[in-house]
Amino acid sequence: MTTRLLLGNEALAQGALDAGLSAAYAYPGTPSTEITEHILHSAQVRRGEVTCAWTANEKTALEAALGASYAGRRAMASMKHVGLNVAADPFVNAAIAGAHGGLIVNVADDPSMHSSQNEQDSRVYLDLSLVPCIEPADQQEAYRAPAHAFGLSERHRIPVMIRLTTRLAHSRATVATAPACPQNPFSLPADPRRYILLPALARQSYDRLVALQSTLVRESEQGPFTAYADGPDRSLGIVACGIAYGYALELLGEPCPHPILKIGQYPLPEAHLDRIASSCKRLLVLEEGFPYVEAKLRGLPARARPIVHGRLTGHVPRTGELTPDAVAHALGLPPSPTRAASTTPAPRPPALCPGCPHADTCRALSEAIGPRPAGGVVFSDIGCYTLGALPPYAAIDTCVEMGASITMAKGAAAAGLHPAVALIGDSTFTHSGLTGLLDCVREAADVTIVIVDNLTVAMTGGQPSAAESRIVPICAGLGIAPERIRVIEPHPKQHAENVRVLREEIDRPEPSVIVARRECIQTARRRARGERSGAKERT
Amino acid sequence: MTRNVILAGVGGQGLLALAAIIAEAARLIGLHLRQAEVHGMAQRGGVVQSHLRYADQPLHANLIRMGTANLLLALEPMEALRYVAYLAPDGAVVANTAPMAGIPDYPPLETILAELSALPQHRLVDAAALAREAGSPQAANMVLLGAGSAFLGLPEDALAASIRAQFETKGHAVVETNFAAFRLGVAAANGPT
Repeated sequence: MTTRLLLGNEALAQGALDAGLSAAYAYPGTPSTEITEHILHSAQVRRGEVTCAWTANEKTALEAALGASYAGRRAMASMKHVGLNVAADPFVNAAIAGAHGGLIVNVADDPSMHSSQNEQDSRVYLDLSLVPCIEPADQQEAYRAPAHAFGLSERHRIPVMIRLTTRLAHSRATVATAPACPQNPFSLPADPRRYILLPALARQSYDRLVALQSTLVRESEQGPFTAYADGPDRSLGIVACGIAYGYALELLGEPCPHPILKIGQYPLPEAHLDRIASSCKRLLVLEEGFPYVEAKLRGLPARARPIVHGRLTGHVPRTGELTPDAVAHALGLPPSPTRAASTTPAPRPPALCPGCPHADTCRALSEAIGPRPAGGVVFSDIGCYTLGALPPYAAIDTCVEMGASITMAKGAAAAGLHPAVALIGDSTFTHSGLTGLLDCVREAADVTIVIVDNLTVAMTGGQPSAAESRIVPICAGLGIAPERIRVIEPHPKQHAENVRVLREEIDRPEPSVIVARRECIQTARRRARGERSGAKERT
Repeated sequence: MTRNVILAGVGGQGLLALAAIIAEAARLIGLHLRQAEVHGMAQRGGVVQSHLRYADQPLHANLIRMGTANLLLALEPMEALRYVAYLAPDGAVVANTAPMAGIPDYPPLETILAELSALPQHRLVDAAALAREAGSPQAANMVLLGAGSAFLGLPEDALAASIRAQFETKGHAVVETNFAAFRLGVAAANGPT
């Protein structure tokens, strides 16, 4: 047995490689990116034994993994929490069609929104899909989770979610690794008709999925990610999910003086919940994200119901990630003596790098359309250029979700806004902008779409962009008139010319696309140093 | 023995490499270890911080409780001040005095340094100048490591092995520059401040 210093994400990836992974697909997104980076840079991928690829978006990633599973292989798709919204259609329906080779969906939630627009809890999707889930409590469990999840998936022919949160995904610990086991051979499902979700067949598959739930509950109860430890002081029982278990142990010490139920596998281990609920006067629920378990405990029949405290009762803050201090407060522990925080430091918000091409595009766009709102609205999107919302640029007016810039601009234009401008990055465009652009063409929308093409997925560390410098033919192929596709170089030297081009296209009534193309200075610098992209800067 | 170390700086200063070097040194001598860091949007030229914990018994939490850090190691003076509430009553702050002032409302440096100097245990070193003296402006993180090494509770040979492991792919000269920066940091922390 060897030990390695690994991030939670890297431990999960290594665990999958050592558990016979054959195929991994993902769209980069913080805090999930390093799962796929680790696999991409593994010896198995270098030797051509494991397939690993960045895909156009999370939906295509999960569908490709589903296909690999159909062919008998152990496969996984990885994404951040909001990526699961994009992949929700294959996720929910793959649960009904099922898995053949082990199929894992890794989802990294981002409570506190360190690098996200919301803090949705992926466990809510478990209720929607009836999919089981492993939630590792530490890096060692993150390493063990894929082997267990692949087994569970193959035993019950069902996809399995592995849920991480930011502080496990992005924290290192020493991890003991085991020798790698061989991959599954190619094989096709013996019962392929379950993959045909025609209503008559889907009803049968759905009945099977529903009937499977009690078995999955027993799997959770008996599995290695669930633990129940009795404690002498039954005035309080603790229910702790994932990394919350670590905070509780750190603060209360081992053995825990109170009964404590560690939850690391879903559907919930009902027998253990019944036991702790019936043996304690009061329960404290500690979980990252939503009050998911807490709400279910509050729904117990009245006679079995203890007092349940957690996020819904304010004993734990309703929003934001758990911290040792928040958990200590919830446990009623005295605060440690703390020096007053200094009021001197000024905020230091993230910013575009000096020399970033997006900065030049933002300046040109602001000058071209003039002061808001009389000058129009710039609907923008997810990426480094979202920082164009901050001073000194204040160049964009919206950022909602991947691809929304183009379609919101189109809707606002039809509702009377002029000029309606969209600002979207090259990779966000291929992720979720193509279909919206097709809508613009079909409706001859009066929109101006600026695609900031820095030739990479910059915000997550410089993964290759699926656009691969083909933005112009892609837009032409979708039906934008060739003369309405303009390519500019976002550079201070070109500022006056760029403002002129932007104004011209804004004045045109038909849809036009301006491709502002200059390589990200970070990837250009790395390329000059001969480093592999996305390897150095973990974002 | 449990050590809680808060590392603070600004994106691009080499803070995560510094954290990785200390973590690897702790791993080399068989300690249990947790190290949390910030990636993504928050890293883009903004604040970067890391929680590093090591101990001779198992650790369960990735994050450090307020008021319990033994050491605050900061590559930037204002960023050091941002985290003083994490310091234990007898905790030490070791900070670079060279500011990264690329924001509109950067407070007066003398105010910052006066507040840091009022803390019971402090070592303030001009890591930027000492890194240049060592031969590389990028080695400020190794100057700071040297300046803080007395508070880390790790043997110097473990730190040296970890520094070597971090830089050896870049060649002998880079390793030696970083060792020189480390030694200048040790000397600066021991000298008059």
